Amino acid sequence: MNAVVPLSTLLDARQVWRGRASEVPVGEQPTGWHALDAVLPAGGWPKAALSEILLPVDGVGELRLVLPTLARLTQGQRHVVIVSPPYAPCVAGWRQHGVDMRRVEIVAAAEKDVLWATEQCLRSGSCAAVLAWPHHADDRALRRLQVAAVTGQALALVFRDRSHLSNASPAALRLELEAPPRPQIWVRKCRGGAVSAQAIPLPRSVH
Amino acid sequence: MLVDGPVNARTIVSANETARAAGLHVGQRLSAAQALLSHFEAVPYDRESVGRWHRFLAAVAYRYSSEVSLLPHAVVLEVSKSMGLFGPWPRLESMLRADFTDLGFRHRMAAAPTANAAHVLTTVSDGQAVLSVDTLRNALQRVPIAKSQLPANAIAALPSMGIRTLGQVLALPRDGLRRRFGAELLASLDRLTGDLPSGLALYRPPDTFDLRIELLHEVENQSALIFPVRRMVDDLAAYLAGRDGGVQRFLLRLEHREGRFTDVPVGLLTPERDGALLFEFARGRLEHVTLPEPVLALRLSARDLPAFVPAGRDLFDERPANALPIEQLRERLRARLGDGAVYRLGSTQDPRPERAQREATHDEVPIEPHPRPTWLLPRPIPLRGGNPIILAGPERVETGWWDGGEVCRDYYVIETSLGQEAWAFCAPDEQTGWMIHGWFA
Repeated sequence: MNAVVPLSTLLDARQVWRGRASEVPVGEQPTGWHALDAVLPAGGWPKAALSEILLPVDGVGELRLVLPTLARLTQGQRHVVIVSPPYAPCVAGWRQHGVDMRRVEIVAAAEKDVLWATEQCLRSGSCAAVLAWPHHADDRALRRLQVAAVTGQALALVFRDRSHLSNASPAALRLELEAPPRPQIWVRKCRGGAVSAQAIPLPRSVH
Repeated sequence: MLVDGPVNARTIVSANETARAAGLHVGQRLSAAQALLSHFEAVPYDRESVGRWHRFLAAVAYRYSSEVSLLPHAVVLEVSKSMGLFGPWPRLESMLRADFTDLGFRHRMAAAPTANAAHVLTTVSDGQAVLSVDTLRNALQRVPIAKSQLPANAIAALPSMGIRTLGQVLALPRDGLRRRFGAELLASLDRLTGDLPSGLALYRPPDTFDLRIELLHEVENQSALIFPVRRMVDDLAAYLAGRDGGVQRFLLRLEHREGRFTDVPVGLLTPERDGALLFEFARGRLEHVTLPEPVLALRLSARDLPAFVPAGRDLFDERPANALPIEQLRERLRARLGDGAVYRLGSTQDPRPERAQREATHDEVPIEPHPRPTWLLPRPIPLRGGNPIILAGPERVETGWWDGGEVCRDYYVIETSLGQEAWAFCAPDEQTGWMIHGWFA
């Protein structure tokens, strides 16, 4: 038992399992925020997966966070669907961020149909990203969305209240937005990498 | 078997094989037939519906040729030009046959250099293809006079002169034929051989589609309607393909007793013509209908038939291979969530924020140089809390005095006491009484 076995031989023989997740494809869906991309293992949004964005209240910078992504996708002739947003998207403002509004579909769904509509859009494969504001989404519903996102190779961005943070979630990425006066983003969970211990500041819109 | 004629003197128009084996034949009196065979089903011959289906088949054939004509109990189409597109005759023939079989029609088909010759050949056998004028005479040689579609007086008289086939007629001296039967027979013969143009009127497809199916029994259950609807929508799709058009709106009318009916309108965002797609939408709408009483008949009418523009797909499309087209996704969502549930927003020329964006506009409006929020509130709300910090502004919006929606406001970008960035306005030059109109989210 005293014989010393070099670690490298064990590793080469693949007898030791190293607790590291499989490689994550890097840089396919950048968020457009360099500081955020730098701490995310995928270099941006996890590709074809569910990302959760947790908010203290609507209108604290959640659109600023995703608009660069929407601008990139719509300018690449891909469609983006917005399911039951809390307010009307302001066309002039979105266009100032570079979003091509001709490729943004807005779906007005009743409370009970939000998850159904979101899943249909994700599964269809014709949407590059689907943004949804579900009110009552449990673990099972989110798992369905995650599976649908994989099936349709789409980005699923779900906006929820931060009170859901304590509940487990199947999302590949969970971001929490902190309200002003210090608007910043906390990465609460990210698949395939360690969670960054520091918050990323979310700069104001430029005026 | 089909019967026709006045009630007291019905004659047989068509009989199936079993009936023919029992000695029944076309032209026989119904009373004579009843003496021969005790049990058979006599269905009245509906001239109107025969005519309608005849025209429907012409519409299907119109897909393959622009020159389609109607002959008695036949549809002829000019294929020599179509073969350049669809391939040689055997291939075109199998495509036509597949279409007719799918629609549930038994048929016989022949190809010949002239329309009338093709018509005659189908009456003799199925699947003959005579592709040159030289071989046409040979093919016509053995056609019996009774099936030659010549004028009736000639068909009656020629066999008694010992002339039984078309070949024999064609060999007779023309002068003699003209003396005996008049110029009409010679003209028919010339049209057969192609010496005289056929002079047929070309079929023009109608601009609306209207199809009615009477159900065999009263239907109280929606699911029992699915099959006939599928059949009707398939017919519509075949018609649209022939017309190279699409349908944007069609109406499914469920007819009840005593002239009452339930209408199920089906509207689409863009013209479509794919049978499976149209059926999915029709079924989606039908599922929402509650039947007030049993359904006796179905009627599908489409009056709005715009041109169909197939969606272009990029050669290097990034989407998954089995992706549902976005149009189909929108229709699926609309079918469940309501017609107005899926929309796009576009900018208008109006500077008033309430009217600066509207559904389904495609105006080319330059990008607004002044700051605009990302969320727009449906109606402005008063600002609560302490005094805000002004980050940008004012931007005066003063317009609309001509249409009653007069607006005179100074818009600012402000930071509320809670630190949120808002787009707010107040009365000109006042900077009090803030109303929030949007969030810079």
